[in-house]
Amino acid sequence: MEFFKIRKDLPFMRHALVFNVISLITFLAAVFFLATRGLHFSVEFTGGTLIEVSYPHAADTQKIRDTLTAAGYVDTQVANFGSSREVLIRMPLKPGQDSAKLGTEVMVALDKADAGAQLKRVEFVGPQVGKELAENGAIALLLVVLGIIVYLALRFEWRFAVSAIIANLHDVVIILGCFAFFQWEFSLPVLAAVLAVLGYSVNESVVIFDRVRENLRKMRKATIPEILDNAITRNISRTIITHGSTQMAVLSMLIFGGEVLHYFAMALTIGILFGIYSSVLVACPLVMWLGVSREQFVKPQKPKEEAVV
Amino acid sequence: MNRYPLWKYLLIALALTLGLLYTLPNFFGEAPAVQVSSVKATVKVDVKLLERVEETLKSANIAHQGLFADQNSVRARFGDTETQIKAKDAIERALNPDAGNAAYVVALNLISRSPAWLTAIHALPMYLGLDLRGGVHFLLQVDMKGALTKRLDATAADLRSLMRDKSLRHTGIVRERDQLAIRFRDAETRNKARAAIENAQPDLLLAEVQDGADYKLSASLKPEAQKRIQEFALKQNITTLHNRINELGVAEPVIQQQGADRIVVQLPGVQDTAKAKDILGRTATLEVRLVDDENSQNPAVMEEAARGQPPVGTEYYVERSGAPLLVKKQVVLTGDRLTDAQPGFDNQTHEPAVHLTLDSAGARIFKDITRDNVGKRMAILLIEKGKGEVITAPVIRTEIGGGRVQISGRMSTVEANDVALLLRAGSLAAPMEIVEERTIGPSLGAENIERGFKSTLYGFVAIVVFMTAYYLLFGLISSIALTVNLLLLIALLSMLQATLTLPGIAAIALTLGMAIDANVLINERIREEIRNGASPQAAIAAGYERAFDTILDSNVTSLIAGLALLIFGSGPVRGFAVVHCLGILTSMFSAVVVSRGIVNLIYGSRRKLTSLSIGNVAWK
Repeated sequence: MEFFKIRKDLPFMRHALVFNVISLITFLAAVFFLATRGLHFSVEFTGGTLIEVSYPHAADTQKIRDTLTAAGYVDTQVANFGSSREVLIRMPLKPGQDSAKLGTEVMVALDKADAGAQLKRVEFVGPQVGKELAENGAIALLLVVLGIIVYLALRFEWRFAVSAIIANLHDVVIILGCFAFFQWEFSLPVLAAVLAVLGYSVNESVVIFDRVRENLRKMRKATIPEILDNAITRNISRTIITHGSTQMAVLSMLIFGGEVLHYFAMALTIGILFGIYSSVLVACPLVMWLGVSREQFVKPQKPKEEAVV
Repeated sequence: MNRYPLWKYLLIALALTLGLLYTLPNFFGEAPAVQVSSVKATVKVDVKLLERVEETLKSANIAHQGLFADQNSVRARFGDTETQIKAKDAIERALNPDAGNAAYVVALNLISRSPAWLTAIHALPMYLGLDLRGGVHFLLQVDMKGALTKRLDATAADLRSLMRDKSLRHTGIVRERDQLAIRFRDAETRNKARAAIENAQPDLLLAEVQDGADYKLSASLKPEAQKRIQEFALKQNITTLHNRINELGVAEPVIQQQGADRIVVQLPGVQDTAKAKDILGRTATLEVRLVDDENSQNPAVMEEAARGQPPVGTEYYVERSGAPLLVKKQVVLTGDRLTDAQPGFDNQTHEPAVHLTLDSAGARIFKDITRDNVGKRMAILLIEKGKGEVITAPVIRTEIGGGRVQISGRMSTVEANDVALLLRAGSLAAPMEIVEERTIGPSLGAENIERGFKSTLYGFVAIVVFMTAYYLLFGLISSIALTVNLLLLIALLSMLQATLTLPGIAAIALTLGMAIDANVLINERIREEIRNGASPQAAIAAGYERAFDTILDSNVTSLIAGLALLIFGSGPVRGFAVVHCLGILTSMFSAVVVSRGIVNLIYGSRRKLTSLSIGNVAWK
């Protein structure tokens, strides 16, 4: 089996400007939604309330979920707790609402729908913990960015490092933008997914850059755009198959992973799709704009050859 | 050129054997069990306890599937949960006849069904996190300021008695936020006081301040002293929590420091958070009292006392050695005066001993008491749940000054450790507050395991089917390498006993999806080399060699992200990061070394190799 039988290098770099404009627009749209809608943070970040309810008979969690939604409580998680008669409801913290009152209000609604519901406990997750989580997340992001820049600058050259990081940060912003646009819940696992995507899609850039470096040494007569085109074309098969494989694993998580893993897998899916695009069609033009040249990789042994370039 | 030296094959074989061995326990599943451990650090778990449990089960006619003892607990395995609960009740009745003063924790637990020889080489199943097994998680914030305030208040009392001892007249010692202000009428007294305080309280930083007509001396804790006090407070709180949680009957509690001022408490299997919270907040104290030796040696009085009628002003206790004694009700010293307790050895006899450090007021009281009571006995009691226990009742041989006290005699090293721990653990050193609480019911835990398992399985199967269809034999080899990766990853997680959470399982699934990248790179390279006219053998060698740089670069960048998550992440993020990082490491080995090994075994020895089973490469 062979999906890609491309004999000539595809002229990606001829359309470099188009690709960069497309990504600039998506990027700006993502920033716009992040700014206007904001992220819908989970209980871990915002603080929140847990309510334990017990019934004299087996509780119908779906019915409780419906009742709560009807009463205007969105994003509640309902799960059996200990036994089938007990139910745990998790609710996000809303400004101006105290957790003690919330408990009674929920109970009134639940009791109306299914008599005999008994409030066992109202728990609270402090908001100060969330603030720290967000801070640590930001530090982790910064550290990943710095670490990758330093590593790539050492292994390749600073132009590659900067291009790769810009391309992949743009992925991160787009993932966040999607979460803002659809108001999906941004939880700790999603944060982990976002950072994993950063490491993962830099991979893609690295693989292409590796080829570019090799081509710079081998294809002595070619121009920089030709070299980039060749590197991308030779790698297309690998790019699609690798990301396809990773996506299969992520898709499996998306289907079978349940609620907790749903948005985690969703973030990865967006990350993988945009990762392919950005590391190939954003990073490479950037490298070109930044002015990569053969001399940066090939020691000028014969000065004559330089003139040819 | 495609042959491995023998040692490389041996290395692969060794990795596979270890991988299989340590993955094995995960397949046996878990059996219901009852775990008996000691509530009090002074009551040890030993062979006798094992025999007692066995006898109890025999007399109650309950069949068990094995009894195991380790350093901290005795565990009995049962066929089903019904027998398990029956056995728990029977053991509970036999070991803890007095429910209010239980000496043992009898808890329901699950233990691996894996054979004993696996357990003997420390091959244990993966350690499941709370989100997979159910339980309660608390994050407690320790009030470090509170610890310092507490210390300053105690220091103020010490300074007052110091001024009295040295006959230095002051007009008041008060705490003003994080400083102590000592006021004097003249400069001369202040200078003398300053010298005295510097001598007695090396932890204080002193400054002279003119405050109106008052000559003020302001004292604050030195930064290094503050740090020490706070570290001590945190350590002591953790110890105290340990002791309290023992009473909850939790099989495997986790109590760990997190960051500078937080403590994580995880109680797997516990559902009753209200009770857990109540127990976490309780206090226990230490008391030093004198023994009523005269009456303790009078058998008639002791007999009366044993029946519940001790002489007025005394209480009846049984010492740990079994000897009954009468202890005076008047408290000489409480645990508040104790600043540290460490196990050690007696300087002269080299017997195990516990070294106590008292604060200065405590030291003075202790000095007075010991001076006045040489030759008499002194009892050290631990008061918990309103009930006291005499830990030790040594004879006072000489006056003891300087605030350094040693308890020794009839103690083993283990006991000395335990007593020191108990004394340290008496009460909380600083107030704590719950800032986060998570509860996961067992149903949710089981559901999460199933979800994680299914996600990984179906993702894995999809990749294997695709790879084999696309790259034929080389795809199959890649799939085998991926299986080896999974095997090694699970073995490593089992070996390290790293906590596996649902995000951790997600990381396994993701790692598998990412690990295949290396093999795709290699296979694509080999195809390309063949297309460019290389011979099959040369194509294999060049494919692996050229792809390696790329594989290394891409894995290092992934690892950088993984490590950052590991360092800065907490909770679910960390669970993800641990597995992610380990997975990257194992994938490097399996995708490059193992797959090459298989390829070499299949193709390496063939001289006249004309084609490779790697899919269609005919077009050009």
